[in-house]
Amino acid sequence: MILLFVVLFPLAAALAILLGAPARKTALWSTGLTLGATLLLYFAFEAGQGGYQMVTSFPVSRDWNINFTLGLDGLSLMMLLLTALVTFAAVWFTGEIAEHRNAFYACLLFIGAGAMGAFASLDLFFFYAFHELALIPTFLLIGIWGTGNRQLAAWKITIYLATGSFILLLGLIMLYRAVPEAARSFDFRVLQKSAALIPASAQGNIFLILLLGFGILVSLFPFHTWAPEAYASAPAPAAMLHAGVLKKFGLYGLLRLALPLLPAGAQQYNMLLIYLLLGNLIYVGLVTIAQKRLDWMLGYSSVMHMGYIFLGIASGTLLGTSGAAVLIFAHGISIALLFALAGEIRQRTGTLVLEDLGGLGKLMPRAGLAFGLAAFASIGLPGFANFAGEVMVVFGTFRSGANPERFHIYQIATVLALWGVVISAVYMLRAYRAVFMGTIGESLGGVTDLRRSLRVPIGLLVVITLWFGFFPQSFVRLVTPTFKSYFAAKQ
Amino acid sequence: MSALPWSVLLLPLLAAAVIVLFTKSRPGLSSFISVAAVLASFAGSCVVFATPDIQALELIWIDLRPVLYVPLGFVLDDLTKTMLLLVTGVGALIHVYSLGYMRNDAGKARYFAALSFFMFSMLGIVVSSNFVMMFIFWELVGVSSYLLIGHWFERDAAAEAAKKAFLTNRIGDFGFMLGILMAWVATGSVVFTEMNQQLARITSYPEYLTVAALLIFCGAVGKSAQFPLHVWLPDAMEGPTPISALIHAATMVAAGVYMLVRVGFLFQASPQALGVISWIGTITAVMAALIATQQNDIKRILAYSTLSQLGYMIMAVGLASGQAAMFHLFTHAFFKALLFLGAGSIIVMLNHEQNIWKMGGLAGRLGITFLTFLVGTFALIGLPPFSGFFSKDAILALAYEKDRAIFWLALFTAFLTAFYMLRLVVVVFFGKPRSDKARAGREAPWVMIGPLVLLAIPAFASGFSFVAKIFVQLPAEKETDWLVPGLALGAALSGALVAIGLYRNRQNDPIDFAPLRKRLYFDELYSFLISATQELLAKISAFLDRWILDGAAIRGASTATWGIGSLLRLFQVGNLQAYAFLFGLGIVGLIYFTIFR
Repeated sequence: MILLFVVLFPLAAALAILLGAPARKTALWSTGLTLGATLLLYFAFEAGQGGYQMVTSFPVSRDWNINFTLGLDGLSLMMLLLTALVTFAAVWFTGEIAEHRNAFYACLLFIGAGAMGAFASLDLFFFYAFHELALIPTFLLIGIWGTGNRQLAAWKITIYLATGSFILLLGLIMLYRAVPEAARSFDFRVLQKSAALIPASAQGNIFLILLLGFGILVSLFPFHTWAPEAYASAPAPAAMLHAGVLKKFGLYGLLRLALPLLPAGAQQYNMLLIYLLLGNLIYVGLVTIAQKRLDWMLGYSSVMHMGYIFLGIASGTLLGTSGAAVLIFAHGISIALLFALAGEIRQRTGTLVLEDLGGLGKLMPRAGLAFGLAAFASIGLPGFANFAGEVMVVFGTFRSGANPERFHIYQIATVLALWGVVISAVYMLRAYRAVFMGTIGESLGGVTDLRRSLRVPIGLLVVITLWFGFFPQSFVRLVTPTFKSYFAAKQ
Repeated sequence: MSALPWSVLLLPLLAAAVIVLFTKSRPGLSSFISVAAVLASFAGSCVVFATPDIQALELIWIDLRPVLYVPLGFVLDDLTKTMLLLVTGVGALIHVYSLGYMRNDAGKARYFAALSFFMFSMLGIVVSSNFVMMFIFWELVGVSSYLLIGHWFERDAAAEAAKKAFLTNRIGDFGFMLGILMAWVATGSVVFTEMNQQLARITSYPEYLTVAALLIFCGAVGKSAQFPLHVWLPDAMEGPTPISALIHAATMVAAGVYMLVRVGFLFQASPQALGVISWIGTITAVMAALIATQQNDIKRILAYSTLSQLGYMIMAVGLASGQAAMFHLFTHAFFKALLFLGAGSIIVMLNHEQNIWKMGGLAGRLGITFLTFLVGTFALIGLPPFSGFFSKDAILALAYEKDRAIFWLALFTAFLTAFYMLRLVVVVFFGKPRSDKARAGREAPWVMIGPLVLLAIPAFASGFSFVAKIFVQLPAEKETDWLVPGLALGAALSGALVAIGLYRNRQNDPIDFAPLRKRLYFDELYSFLISATQELLAKISAFLDRWILDGAAIRGASTATWGIGSLLRLFQVGNLQAYAFLFGLGIVGLIYFTIFR
């Protein structure tokens, strides 16, 4: 029941806002309640059990065998928690909206609701449909309320993500049809059981298509150029929701569908995935260093950090995939906070060009502290969940096929990934130095600090990521039962 | 089980959290909380030190056995106990001193929060029972150092120095993490005791072991500022002087040495790695001492001296004597903290003048500072019976026995040490005042002088074997051989005499040797290398991304789709239906393909 509530209630609230309910109040209360309900789910969830819990199912079409089925395992639970947290924070961070105020808030709630639905669905049809539901308001938010060259940015993200979704759809159809006719189903649980029926020879192509589709959605190199531009143009809450939550749908999809259903295909294209993700880590990392605007830098950094999550997926180990799950969550929170704060800065200074900023730590001490925490979290400082995730990913990858006589691709990838940690420290500390430290920029005289009330969402996000940073085991024990079943044969 | 070790560790963290969350706007109360926490932590450390077989509760950080198990646990052996006392003891004195030094600073609350956070991180390194936990605190120490170097962040020099320190350390930690990974894969554990037991699994691959050990050593090279990653430490002097004393002389930079001693079993198994380590230490010792002879900033002279002394310790580790390294670490912590705090009281009483050529004749006016500074100097140059004499002698004797080339270089360093320290003392304290600030200087208040006096006692006495053996394991005594201590004393005395002769009653430096004054051009070399590699690559990549990847994508997409204009028109709220329509079309397509085909 609670599960049904967290998926449908935001949807209802969004519709109510569209019909004229007071926008900010409704949005805050509904996302707050959803967050509370998600926390209830978190505490009601029984860790250590395999399989899905709290399953509710309603038949939609018996002829086509489509059911509206929701259920939770540890992975989807953490995705829901991430969604609820970031949606709540994004709504709270939303400032004055000049026009179409209700539509703006409704869009935010639609994204949140769509993400909730996609992560809780156990049915292929709704899994896909909910994601589409969340994508469209994202395009609208950028196209209507964006800044700078918003039409180009909106157009680019639409083209890319629509293409990605279409390829994904193709892949899902191929996946569905690869199972012998008698065993076909949209239901994840049935699919998982009939996975063994998909011949190894057929898996390669399907995996490749899925990797391409999901990969475009997650800005896998070389399909990443939409991301920085879109995030720079997007209003801060939209960037928070997309970079923090919605983008993670592709990673979730790989972990949920591609890895367990197509193990042979995953193995076949693992090398390709590693080459591409190294493009994210090293090439995009270098591009990030060269950025001259804070929002573009953050956008590229988020593309770069996807590389670590892909690396965990490519590692093919329990340790690595668990680390990928932790990183999905941790990165979602830190990047959301960074985009939120960048938005606040842009609002006050009118610019995010690094050269024009400087010394903001004196004028905005609260923002300086919060940005510092989020920046250090995102570059993997111990104590934050990001570090725990990165540790698990590199440990998992390094151990794959380790041989004391010589290094294999996994070991080489680990070395490069660790160098990526240095690269991310370079761009993040440079940006922090340029924005908050040093002499105060010339045109920044009357800049004011963050509203005091923003302590709530900032504190919430920081505390959660610190908790999982100091006690990652409380996260790990939730997701390992799912991943253990993937690698049962291997370990 | 005892809750005491955890409270020693967590009290400073609690203090930092309370200051940041609640008492930021009340600097007086904040500094009180911070000082109270470190004093309580020191008292707790004393009890821990005196309690044999004390145990602490172990928490789980990550448990994915049999693959990876990372506990949050304590090692509480003699090595750790001594380090606990040293860190909290010197730390407590420096907290008190900071009350005076930072009393009018606008960021006082922030300073004390960061100081408490540093204590927490440093104590964490010292108690860690495994590599991952140590790495966690290792990085946290790095971040607290970043915060404290950048305390006056509105100064560009401080902001740059903080960034440089963090990034240089990250480069070292890149190697450190890789080394941890290699050692973990081979031994199957990150917990020190288990790794030691499983060492046989790695010793059968000597090259692998050597590479792993050297990579782990990279961490120490960064944190203990050894050649070639030494460049951050002199710049770190942009931070407040108590920080230079606590972090960049007595404790944090010693963490590298401590880590090497903690996992000594790994290094003992690889003679090649030990050879490299001993030479890195030697190079650092000589090079830094040479540079120190031509610096004019009082803190930079002491910073290079720290580099040089850390070089001695690393040299001792490389010569396979963790005891000698720890002995010198122990005495050095006292006398170097003393010297920095003395320099601090000069600097603050001369209204933040740091150039020694603007000082002079301070012996009379800053009497206690002068006397305690002299104690520190004698200990540092190794004059018997001051503490440094014994610990340096232990390292020299070791080098004499193991490697003559290193011994002669170490002896030369001892000569240089005496030279640059006496240059400093003669120029600062004797002769005539060379500026108005120097003429107006007077003694600092008691909260600053008290710690100087308290530190002068161990700086003098901590070298006597009957004192030192309570705290550290002393290297085995050889039958009395007067050759090495005689040579060491001769080197120190001749260095001192040359300096006195050269610098007595001078108004400016008679020697001007640009390469040393410019610190052997390391900074210039590195910034050239960075701009020739990383910056260039970054610019090329950014160009490719913008004009090739993105450009091609746009062109490809625009020819493939049915016109940009019609798509753009969709971005008006009125066309929401169009979206709904397209969306519906997608869904229908999905159903069509899956069901009817």
